[in-house]
Amino acid sequence: MMGQRTPLYDLHVAAGARLVDFGGWDLPVNYGSQIEEHRAVRCDAGMFDVSHMCALDLRGTGTRALLAQLLANDIGRLTVPGKALYSCMLRADGGVIDDLIAYFLDEQWFRLVVNAGTAAKDLEWIRERARPAGVSLTPRRDLAMIAVQGPQAQAKALPLLRPACQARAAGLGPFFATPCGEWFVARTGYTGEDGYEIMLPSGGAPAFWNALQAAGVRPCGLGARDTLRLEAGMNLYGSDMDERVSPLESGLAWTVALDGDRDFIGKEALVAERSRGSARKLVGLLLLERGVLRSHQQVVAGDAGSGEVTSGTYSPTLERSIGFARVPAAAAGTVQVDIRGRLVPARIVKLPFVRNGRILVEL
Amino acid sequence: MSKVPAELRYTKSHEWLRALPDGSVEIGITDHAQAALGDLVFVEVPAAGRTLATGDACAVVESVKAASDVYSPLGGEVLAGNEALATQPELVNQDPYGKGWILRLKPSGNAASADLQDATAYAAEVAGD
Repeated sequence: MMGQRTPLYDLHVAAGARLVDFGGWDLPVNYGSQIEEHRAVRCDAGMFDVSHMCALDLRGTGTRALLAQLLANDIGRLTVPGKALYSCMLRADGGVIDDLIAYFLDEQWFRLVVNAGTAAKDLEWIRERARPAGVSLTPRRDLAMIAVQGPQAQAKALPLLRPACQARAAGLGPFFATPCGEWFVARTGYTGEDGYEIMLPSGGAPAFWNALQAAGVRPCGLGARDTLRLEAGMNLYGSDMDERVSPLESGLAWTVALDGDRDFIGKEALVAERSRGSARKLVGLLLLERGVLRSHQQVVAGDAGSGEVTSGTYSPTLERSIGFARVPAAAAGTVQVDIRGRLVPARIVKLPFVRNGRILVEL
Repeated sequence: MSKVPAELRYTKSHEWLRALPDGSVEIGITDHAQAALGDLVFVEVPAAGRTLATGDACAVVESVKAASDVYSPLGGEVLAGNEALATQPELVNQDPYGKGWILRLKPSGNAASADLQDATAYAAEVAGD
């Protein structure tokens, strides 16, 4: 079955990309060597077509109050226009509907960016609650999104923006964004490197992509995106968390603002979970021998019980296998992972593995 | 388009086989297979002296995406595994029909009678993928 296509689809095909289905979209998994694409982002600059992700504009005076109710993180933390917030959106039982980024643009306008595979259910969930609050909700499928990431991303991308946008983008602090006409430039990403996520009208996307490539920004596929985000200790919705688990069991307690008077959907369930203690936790794993961690492999944590790898890969930066696993709360130290019938030791480590090109775990 | 050298023979599971002058054979995975797997990160080759039957899993190639078994197109005795792949698995990606060979085998039967495809048949098969 043919998937949905981004405005850059023809360029990916012409570049010889291997295409895969991702959340109903035909997207490049790699253009050649995935490891070289990964290294380009860690050492220089790479770009990703992330137009499958869905931008949602929420407008109206009640928007901030609506997001205070919908998001587990506290939208009240966004006091300066342009500031971004990472948050989960929860069901009443604490299960994760999606993880997203919320941008505060002005008191009448917030923009959310949600995952492709969950966009339809997110829209339905938000719309039901936006309508009574008098908040308008507009999916921005007219926008393409390109993530330019890496230590040289700023230097290579900035000169390609219109002069008025250049000045604004150059002044952005980490986790800030600025609209610029129909364009939108955010200093955010999913790789553990500095860079921008740039939204722009679809029609202009191929020319901008080509200009970035001419400036020495390497096209990168979903394969490199996955190894980069894993090294950076960032969760992937659908693999590391979903509606069956709470953010507290997904390594995302830091994104949940449980204290204070603010009531939000899922709060009661999480307060109860916190008071009785979570049964499981999401941890980073470093494989100590040969092999590659893959999702759904069983993790044996001695007397603490067993768990499961939620994401795993070969880390080009560490030249070892790394992953995340959901394990019993008491698990610590070294565990064993069942890899193709063989038990291989792995060490529980503090995330992230890599940030800004530097290895942060002991090998 | 993936490369399919005319002088080799091929399995449906994407191994290639090269007849060597001394009667032994060299085995590897095809260009099509390495491209589908993506960058290899580990290759496990069989030890010399191991006896294989036709169709035995004789090596493991693990890429950034997945681990796959390599199946021996013939029965026989392993003469050598390519030890260079332990430290340079990328040789399989870079040179699948040359430096990226996986094992050499002394066939127990007649290598010519094995159920293998020629280059034309294999090229037609992968073109349909």
